[in-house]
Amino acid sequence: MQILKNTNFDFLGKKKPFITVSLLLLLAGGISLALKGGPRYGIDFRGGALMNVKFSQPPKEDAIRQALGEKIPGEVTVQPIVGTNEVMVGTELQSETQLEQARRLMIETLAATFNPSGNKPDFNTLGQERLAELLAEPLQKAGVALSTDQIRGLAGAMLQHRDTPPRSGLLTSFDELKSVAGVTPAVLGVLRQEFSLGAFAIRSVEIVGPKIGRELREQALMATLFALGGMLVYIALRFEWIYGVAAVAAVFHDVLVTVGLFSIFDKEISLTVIAALLTLVGYSMNDTIVIFDRIRENLKLMRKESFPRLVNISINQTLSRTILTSGLTFLTVLSLWLFGGQVLNGFSFALVVGIIVGTYSTVFIASPILIFWQNYLEGRKHRRLRGESVRPREAAKPPAAKAAR
Amino acid sequence: MYKNLKYKAAFIALVTVACFYLVIGLPKSKEELVANFRKNIRLGLDLRGGSHLVLQVQVQDAFKAEADLVIENLKERMTGAGISFSSLDRNDPKSLEEADRIQVSVKGVPLDKTGPFRTLINDNFPTWVLTAENQTDYRLNIRPSEALALRRETVVRSINTIEKRINALGLTEPTVQQRGRTDAESEIIVQMPGVDDPARVKQILQTTALLELTEVKDGPFPSRESALSKHGGVLPLNTRLVKATNRAGESGEAWYLLARTPVVTGRDLRNARPSRDEFGKWETDFTLSQDAARRFGRFTESNIGNRLAIVLDNQVRSAPTIQSRIEDSGRITGASDEQDAADLALVLRAGSLPASIVYLQETTVGPSLGADSIRQGLIAGIAGLIAVVAAMLVYYRSAGVNATLALILNAVVLVGVLSYFEAVLTLPGIAGVILGIGMAVDSNVLIFERIREELATGKAIPAAVDAGFNRAFLTILDTHVTTVVSSAFLFIFGSGPVKGFAVTLVIGLIANVFTAVFVSRCMFDFHLARNPQMRSLSI
Repeated sequence: MQILKNTNFDFLGKKKPFITVSLLLLLAGGISLALKGGPRYGIDFRGGALMNVKFSQPPKEDAIRQALGEKIPGEVTVQPIVGTNEVMVGTELQSETQLEQARRLMIETLAATFNPSGNKPDFNTLGQERLAELLAEPLQKAGVALSTDQIRGLAGAMLQHRDTPPRSGLLTSFDELKSVAGVTPAVLGVLRQEFSLGAFAIRSVEIVGPKIGRELREQALMATLFALGGMLVYIALRFEWIYGVAAVAAVFHDVLVTVGLFSIFDKEISLTVIAALLTLVGYSMNDTIVIFDRIRENLKLMRKESFPRLVNISINQTLSRTILTSGLTFLTVLSLWLFGGQVLNGFSFALVVGIIVGTYSTVFIASPILIFWQNYLEGRKHRRLRGESVRPREAAKPPAAKAAR
Repeated sequence: MYKNLKYKAAFIALVTVACFYLVIGLPKSKEELVANFRKNIRLGLDLRGGSHLVLQVQVQDAFKAEADLVIENLKERMTGAGISFSSLDRNDPKSLEEADRIQVSVKGVPLDKTGPFRTLINDNFPTWVLTAENQTDYRLNIRPSEALALRRETVVRSINTIEKRINALGLTEPTVQQRGRTDAESEIIVQMPGVDDPARVKQILQTTALLELTEVKDGPFPSRESALSKHGGVLPLNTRLVKATNRAGESGEAWYLLARTPVVTGRDLRNARPSRDEFGKWETDFTLSQDAARRFGRFTESNIGNRLAIVLDNQVRSAPTIQSRIEDSGRITGASDEQDAADLALVLRAGSLPASIVYLQETTVGPSLGADSIRQGLIAGIAGLIAVVAAMLVYYRSAGVNATLALILNAVVLVGVLSYFEAVLTLPGIAGVILGIGMAVDSNVLIFERIREELATGKAIPAAVDAGFNRAFLTILDTHVTTVVSSAFLFIFGSGPVKGFAVTLVIGLIANVFTAVFVSRCMFDFHLARNPQMRSLSI
């Protein structure tokens, strides 16, 4: 099977509308970034506390916001996760010393607001050790004879059952434990008598002090810039320096567009998103090098073609590879976006955007830069030709690749 | 041309078997296979659940303690040598950075004692530098080399203590390590996979657990002021005022005037364990080491009828009256429940921290969320892979089988190498895997498209395959080396997650050059060697 055969699209002739779209995207992203005061950093870069809280009932966002707002200084954000009973609750932190306090305050306030009062320990928040400890005496009283190790095992099995989907950390009734081996009616009776079931469970906590946040941010930026620089130098060595500049410019464009879209859709840039941005940098760079490599090869084969036409031929020759690879990668990333769950959402969004942008930036950003530079060189040579005498062969020579092989 | 094929095939088989061995070992049963797989594929905290903590050792505490020792010592020696002074105190560095600026000031040294005073300092405090502020006032500063050593020692001791405490908790595979490159860096990373009660663990780690048994000079007083006013507004020499912990149901403060140097400290403990008192309340019992027991016995014998304060982390837990000579045991009352008593016993056994600790970062992923992430990631990965393989098979037919085999082998090699290096697979690491697989697919596509092109120019099949691989190899080399270069920078300059990305990516790329270029080529050659007269290539 073959989709495309000997295509000859005039890509570079139609570059203007695409470049316009690019510019508009960059502009829109830029405006959004300017209006919102920079990118929306995730907790890991900003410093703050973020909790994923799962409720047994559809959560009342306003009630959560109000309860926390009264107790916690500074901005409190409550963001529901669509399609679940979960919310992300976040607060900002001004200093390292508030770290512990903020965590405790958030959990205590939530417990005071949503859990019915009572002194029984909440089964949904217990760990294995503590559960086993609390069970020992009542079980003995109820006539269930188990050794300490057996109780530990039983506690572990019940908690594992609690934490596997579809319960995912939150029981709404002790009856749900019936299917666990060793949970007899007597055990259930003890559970009912000794424990309560809270209305929420904390599924994850992320607390980052401002100092670490700043460090992580600077480190991620440095790493990315150095990586880009490294690629530029390598490509410049293997091809010619303008190729390196063009490739890095295209990749830079991809990152800017993606960051802009993140700002427009109000998505957070976290460390995981940085990993996605790095992935798209790698992907886009790969795409660019494949076409540059073809240009380098064609420069030796087709000495008579003009440089813009030669670039266009190279793009066409690699077109079926471009479409196939991009299409396949896009499929993978799309499935990640659709099935990958909430944790991967920002990550896969960046990749979905990145693959589209990364593919087209090679054709409409990187290649035009090469041609622009070539035209500029020729123009300069022509001007010099008119003033003084230069050998004409030299002037017409395109930016040939070094004899790499 | 095809004569080396046997050796190549043997090499490929060897690599495959080795990678399988690295991943699943030599399992004898299905359970063992699963267990080995779990053991060799190390999932990061973000995937399997657990806590990642960054703590900062407040090194200045150790500097202050060091200065306090100097002051104690100096007071004694100066009094002994008959050198008078009007005041002797230290400054109070508030942050880590200021720790080195610790300073002890000695004021009002008589002019005629200057010589003996200088000799005393030089002989007894060689790690401190004496500077005269004016004719009678002096300051002592810690030597830079000594400051560095003290920083280092404080951090190392903190790490050791934290390690002991974490190990005592019985967690699986916890790690404690220094953050940053220099060994004087004061941040510590603690990773605890699968911990299900992080709040409790944090509490245990943060407790300084400095236990002191100290003579009570006076008290209790209802407030600091009343204690001071009884002694004419100043603390008597070699004493300190310490507040008592409030018991449940008690209100109001209680202050004790205690001797500055304790009789026995937590370092002299032999053991500590939780137990119940005669009323069934939880408490923590401790026993002293032999040497300390002798000291304690002498002290209690000569102080019968006086009070003794049990001070924990600079708070008086209780101040019982000494009834008789006590040799080697004591108890700390006031635990709220069994766990509280057990936790205190644990931290006492593990020893005290040389400085207090502040949390800079905590990332906790609950076990339920980790399980969900793995499940969803797996579904997404399998769906993506099926889509890719299906597309390759439809588009390239028989050659698509080659590509699929190469892709699967790529995954096996990647996982095998990750397991060999004991690398941990995190979410960003999976991003690296995805990019690696994307580039693997791309390599196959590049090669196949090239072979098709060569066939279209009318070349014979073996020549076209040869040319296709050779030409595409140059492209693949450039794309791969570029990515390895950038990954190297990411590894050097990036933080943990970014590093993980770089590592899996580079391993994936190396596996890729092996499978997509070498293995795939062998498979083509194998087909061609078997059918030298092949008319059409299914590609």
